[in-house]
Amino acid sequence: MQALVIAAHGSHLNPDASDPTYAHADTIRETGAFDEVREAFWKEEPHFREVIRTLESDEVFVVPLFISEGYFTEQVIPRELRLDDWDPEKWESDGTSASQATLEAEDVGKTIHYCGPVGTHDAMTDVIVQRAETATGDSDVGEGVGLSVVGHGTDRNENSAKAIEYHSDRIAERDRFDEVKALFMDEEPEVDDVTDYFESDDIVVVPLFIADGYHTQEDIPEDMGLTEDYRLGWDVPSEVDGHRIWYTGAVGTEDLMADVVLERAADAGADIGDAREAVRELAASVAKPEPNAGAGAGD
Amino acid sequence: MTVATDDLEALLDQASSGIAFDGLHVAETDGEYALETPDGERAGLDEDALRDALAANGEYVTNWRYWQETVGGAGTARRAFLRWCERAPLADAADEATSTPWTEGDDGAAALAVPERYDALRDGIDREWGQLAITARFVDADDPDGERVYDLWHVDDADADLADLEVHDDPRDARELATYDADGRYRPLKTAPTLPGGWAFTGLSGDDLVETVEFFYPATVANWHRELRGNLDVDHWLETAERQTGIYDVIDELPREAVAWMAEACCVDSQCLRRREWEYEDGDDLDVDGGDGPFPCREPCSLVVAAARKWTTLESEEERTYELELTTSEINQLTELIDAVADGRTDEIREADVYDGANRYRARYLRAKRFDDEGELEATEVDD
Repeated sequence: MQALVIAAHGSHLNPDASDPTYAHADTIRETGAFDEVREAFWKEEPHFREVIRTLESDEVFVVPLFISEGYFTEQVIPRELRLDDWDPEKWESDGTSASQATLEAEDVGKTIHYCGPVGTHDAMTDVIVQRAETATGDSDVGEGVGLSVVGHGTDRNENSAKAIEYHSDRIAERDRFDEVKALFMDEEPEVDDVTDYFESDDIVVVPLFIADGYHTQEDIPEDMGLTEDYRLGWDVPSEVDGHRIWYTGAVGTEDLMADVVLERAADAGADIGDAREAVRELAASVAKPEPNAGAGAGD
Repeated sequence: MTVATDDLEALLDQASSGIAFDGLHVAETDGEYALETPDGERAGLDEDALRDALAANGEYVTNWRYWQETVGGAGTARRAFLRWCERAPLADAADEATSTPWTEGDDGAAALAVPERYDALRDGIDREWGQLAITARFVDADDPDGERVYDLWHVDDADADLADLEVHDDPRDARELATYDADGRYRPLKTAPTLPGGWAFTGLSGDDLVETVEFFYPATVANWHRELRGNLDVDHWLETAERQTGIYDVIDELPREAVAWMAEACCVDSQCLRRREWEYEDGDDLDVDGGDGPFPCREPCSLVVAAARKWTTLESEEERTYELELTTSEINQLTELIDAVADGRTDEIREADVYDGANRYRARYLRAKRFDDEGELEATEVDD
């Protein structure tokens, strides 16, 4: 038997923080690729600490629903899962290339394949592009359009910015969008000045965050000047400095994220059959682009 | 009692390797079978005679089939939980665990042997798991074939008419039901005693029942099973606190007496259905009751860890002496106000009940009288 655990942050205060985790877990449950699928959280239940013991499978694939390699993926999750022999070196990563490490969970004697975060997987690039399609309602979006991938960024963890730049570079190489630029909340170049970095009239802004919350629904829209007050919502697109900005919300809510989770597990050796195809079809069928003004903020 | 042919054949397939389950014993020696149940013993049976003898003991046969083939999972928490649901003997209960609340004779009822259990399953066997009421029953009460199904609802709805409840059959629906309390507030602690009612899951399979229960109360089945087997791994306060990093790195500085106040504030039955099994450290118990909750709490939860960070900061402040003017009734009123908030009672205090010190008008009056222009309680720090 094989099990999948999706490890996410969760929240003590915001009941919606776990929604993407549940949604992607349910999509994967529907494929039947794993005998057991569990959500696990740092701030909700089941906690990382107790999730493995709820499984009957001997082989467990743990996929962190986090954007970058850093404090949570390198320290908190392995420690709380009791992966005693864990060392970040086992990922042999340059900051965005972690794949997996095989370890044993001390409390249950199960084999744990501890995967790199979804945010740095190559398949994430496709999710960002898909979000640009759903945000604009144009499945061919690209020509004449600029794309900005926005991340948190933090001086404390250089990998935080690396993940954002990694996907920006990969999208730029595809020559699909006229311009591609990585922007950040907490470091230069800042998302506040988004219009300074683009010549294109239309700019799609995709925040590389797992869940919608304070950053994606309050900070970023106000910082970019989409709205005076996030509670009033904003238009998609919104006019800012002569540009049209297409902004919805966290990329982590995109249906195609389930595919990234599956790929992480498959890279670590999970037998997922044709589950990826099923998920990709499902994501394509529900990705009927429908720009959602304000993306739920303020309503 | 119906014994389907395939039930018999399934059992006969296993008979030669021997069966010993729930009072049913079948053994083979040199092509001859022996059959034993609590009702009697037959030996020297050929295969046809065994078949006839088993058909006459249909309850044991269908019971064997349900547990060995439908449920399976020998040694798993899932199986033990489903056995507990119908008061079946729990094979993996450790001797040393006999003093826990979860052994066979818990809540005053002994484990039931197959005939008694079969009688009871016709009407349904009721169990409580936190605020969940669980009924195990036969799919077909009139002509049971051994297949069980399970119903689940809120303990407060145990006497409700099913037509008045919102009926669900997908375990995942439990996530949504467990997210908000009756007032629509977020429940970050799944084992808070604030689960709202008004819903029912009916006719669940055993697997679906366990999945549903685990969505309401994550990991409770696994930890109950560990406690049952006497191998619950408790992480005490200091171990948990010292393990923390980042913004929670500081919590191991929380004074021991503050840990006790914290446990008294958070880890009691009125706030959480889990029974605190962790102490300050191994061999150093907190002098606070851990509660009588049904499931063990094996380490401080993430809410306690997060709150401990705040209390660590607050406890780092020095105590000072203040002078302020209050009447006797006013200082008593402060007690009433703190009690009302701590007991979550403020919503219950009636608008015009000015006899309650935590009444809104009483509080506003005290504020009008005793707060200064800055909106703070008029108090003067006294120099030593």
